[in-house]
Amino acid sequence: MIRAGIIGLGKMGISHCAILGAHPEVDLVGVCDTSTLVMDGFKRHTAKECFSDYKKMIDTASLDCVVIASPTKYHAEMVNYALDRNLHVFCEKPFALNHAEGVQLADKAERLGLVNQVGYHNRFLGTFQEVKRLLESDVIGQLYHFLGESYGPVVLKEKGSTWRSEKGQGGGCLYDYASHTIDLIHFLCGKGVKVRGTELKSIFSKNVEDAVYSTVYLESGLSGQLSVNWSDETHRKMNTQITLIGKKGKIIADATEVKIYLKEGNEKLSLPKGWTVKYLTDLTENVNFYLRGEEYSSQIDHFIECIQDKKKKNKSTFKTASYTDNVIGLLISDSTL
Amino acid sequence: MDRVLFGDNQFFGVNHSSDEKARAQTIRFQNNKAIMDVLDIAMDEGINTFMCTTHDRIEYVCNVVRDNPKYQDFKIYPCMPYAHKYANAVTELGILGTVKQFVPGNVFSTFAKGGLAFMKKDFASLAGLMIDAELKMFKGVNTPVIWMQNVITDLLLGLGMVDFLVTFYNHVKEKHNAEPGFITMNLPLLLDTLEAAGISNPTICASINKIGFRMSGGKEVYEKVIAEKRCRLVAMQVLAAGALPPKEAFEYVSTLDGVESILFGASSRANIKQSKGLIDSFSLSAG
Repeated sequence: MIRAGIIGLGKMGISHCAILGAHPEVDLVGVCDTSTLVMDGFKRHTAKECFSDYKKMIDTASLDCVVIASPTKYHAEMVNYALDRNLHVFCEKPFALNHAEGVQLADKAERLGLVNQVGYHNRFLGTFQEVKRLLESDVIGQLYHFLGESYGPVVLKEKGSTWRSEKGQGGGCLYDYASHTIDLIHFLCGKGVKVRGTELKSIFSKNVEDAVYSTVYLESGLSGQLSVNWSDETHRKMNTQITLIGKKGKIIADATEVKIYLKEGNEKLSLPKGWTVKYLTDLTENVNFYLRGEEYSSQIDHFIECIQDKKKKNKSTFKTASYTDNVIGLLISDSTL
Repeated sequence: MDRVLFGDNQFFGVNHSSDEKARAQTIRFQNNKAIMDVLDIAMDEGINTFMCTTHDRIEYVCNVVRDNPKYQDFKIYPCMPYAHKYANAVTELGILGTVKQFVPGNVFSTFAKGGLAFMKKDFASLAGLMIDAELKMFKGVNTPVIWMQNVITDLLLGLGMVDFLVTFYNHVKEKHNAEPGFITMNLPLLLDTLEAAGISNPTICASINKIGFRMSGGKEVYEKVIAEKRCRLVAMQVLAAGALPPKEAFEYVSTLDGVESILFGASSRANIKQSKGLIDSFSLSAG
């Protein structure tokens, strides 16, 4: 059994807690949060050991690994502390507010041979994995444009203030929503290295952006657009979609389906000329415990498998996440030009 | 429970295979009357139970059905809560902020004695208040089964907060005189857990379909549990989000011994008629 602890019991932390709690190979021994309300609930209604000080949990609970789901500004300090105690670390996204710090932590984790993963769950979605396979087989030829989009209904009116609405703490739409889109672009098309024409728009929030629009240039020379808005109530929940356009066709994919248009049929992959639609039902495998989508369980299963089998290559490392942090930084500086 | 239950996903833009179809449905059903028209068609076709989330817009359906002789045999099975409402609120307002927003009145005045301090000590009462708030719009409507949505059931299951499952069970039974039901994506684990907590023969709704979609742990494990008949079982996602042709899908689930009811949703008379007809004929031949 792998002994795990969780730091931060907000929405993602509680979700990870349930998934780890139901995992047959994991013994979730400790949970940690600074909210007395949340800790009271856990103390009263679960058998987990509860902490308000993460250092104390790491020092005393003899953990093998830790899941960090605290507000982003604490990630670097907590990850560092956990790595120093030789723990494998799963950290929520975005990884680090300061890109250089993120790179240092990625190097450190690698040097120590510790499993390190960031919660970019789109990498574990059957549809986006299918897109990656299709691109690797060069199905739509040389890409000349992409469009990465995420929309959802988070901030719909002017009110409220939590850590998410404070500037510089990783709380806006850029960190919360756009980070997923940027990481997905990286996963499928490559690393972003330059951005232009960035608009960070505050729609209802006072201090942070509610929408992000920009042109992103990748290392390969490919460019495309980013369009993200968390004040869009025409979506019931967060929706992420990617459109890839190549010389031989086009792919449009989201969490539920992959639509492929080919100018000519592809015999090797038995894809006809014109449109083909593939659905998640054919692209996803069952998980042992389902909570909100297969991808949330799959990413935790993957983290645990990587701990058990050191030869396994992690699919969402600190290093790849730090590239996303880098693009976030570029977007912020470009928007203030 | 009736053999056939009518679902509501199509009304609220929930489509597990296509976000695009979901959007088209949102547009079609943005008018409450359009929802009621489809429910009337379902009734024409002999379906008398509507299983729906506690979405704000269901209030309209409740208002039409309430005290209307035409709907005297019509039953609604509420499923609570409408979780996205809370999930989006938690992202924006935090957990305490969400409780403040959704618990009726002000938390601090609701618990006159001690306010927040009292609330912390008594999560069960707080849960009771939230259940009552979700059920308010169904007053005067026949709701013989009241469900906990899968995201909450499975969250509590994973967290090991089994006493909240029991709290819900007792509260629905005692205060609302209804059968409590649990929707889940993890049937085998939930059933074991409920039994261990002293709830025998619980009412459960789970994904059950021929291709094993969203049947956590796999189809074989599910089939073994279903055959043991340890719960009153409603099968949902029987079409596997459209991946299965209706005939094949309904044949599998209608002939599965241990499934009491079958839930499906549809928007057109043709689809409703076809689905209901298939379930009836396969059920009959299965005896």
